[in-house]
Amino acid sequence: MKMKVIVTPKAAVLDPQGAAVRDAMQHLGMPEVRSVRIGKYLEIEVDGEEAEVEPRLRQLCRDLLSNPVIEDYDLLRAEEGRA
Amino acid sequence: MKFAVIQFPGSNCDQDCTAALNSLEGVQAEFVWHKETSLEGCDAIVLPGGFSYGDYLRCGAIARFSPIMQAVVREAAAGKLVIGVCNGFQILCEAGLLPGALVRNRSLRFVCEMVTTRVEVEHSPFTIGMAKGTLLQLPVAHGEGCYFAEEATLRELNANRQVVLRYVDANGVTAPAANPNGSIENIAGICSRERNVLGLMPHPDRACEERLGSSDGTKIFASMMQWIVGEQARAA
Repeated sequence: MKMKVIVTPKAAVLDPQGAAVRDAMQHLGMPEVRSVRIGKYLEIEVDGEEAEVEPRLRQLCRDLLSNPVIEDYDLLRAEEGRA
Repeated sequence: MKFAVIQFPGSNCDQDCTAALNSLEGVQAEFVWHKETSLEGCDAIVLPGGFSYGDYLRCGAIARFSPIMQAVVREAAAGKLVIGVCNGFQILCEAGLLPGALVRNRSLRFVCEMVTTRVEVEHSPFTIGMAKGTLLQLPVAHGEGCYFAEEATLRELNANRQVVLRYVDANGVTAPAANPNGSIENIAGICSRERNVLGLMPHPDRACEERLGSSDGTKIFASMMQWIVGEQARAA
């Protein structure tokens, strides 16, 4: 089974990377771009049943894959046939 | 007295720390590999700077799960002195031994320069003999040293006087221009509520000889030594 984790910086945390990319997008002809936040995307292949594996993965999302002080995360089941 | 300098894969200031500490009379600094599980017999613990685990995922995120960290947490809870420099500070935050987190420098640049820091508390084990307002010249070298904490945490840090060092200008003022990384409230170093764990981005280990531009780092280590001697005398 494939799972994906999306980690994003919390709203209160400054994201200078996102700001730099937003500025570049605006300079490249898209002044409509209001904000960009840069996070991380993880693809995880895991054996086992989702009901059993999901809560353990969720725990690792909190302990390792994200830092709750500065980041939020989403844990999602990757659609079949896609990464 | 014995200082344990933890070596993680990717630590690169372990030699600096050991050399700086061993140059102080009465100190014996020894490396401890991160796979070890005990820190018994040492008087203080040093988490050196570097790029543990290549800074993969987040700085310090993987190192905090090294076997030795359980011993660090145990000894910290028992009141032993723990100092984390640069990457060591990041590891202490990731491990939950210190509040907050260190994020990418606001400038997005790696900063490598001498900075001025101001001592904010005179009664910590790391600042004995330094009056409040003492200025220390210490070098920084980091890409992710911007200290961040939520408002409630920040209030608590200030109320408990846990901010030990702030970045200041030559006049001792916390000016934005004196802040090398965008840290909230110019914070350069904080200690735990119990005051025995210190994390700081500047490198006292690289400022223990005049020919390196400053010997102010010695004051922090000398303070730790003085505190340890005091504790030993009290226990005896």
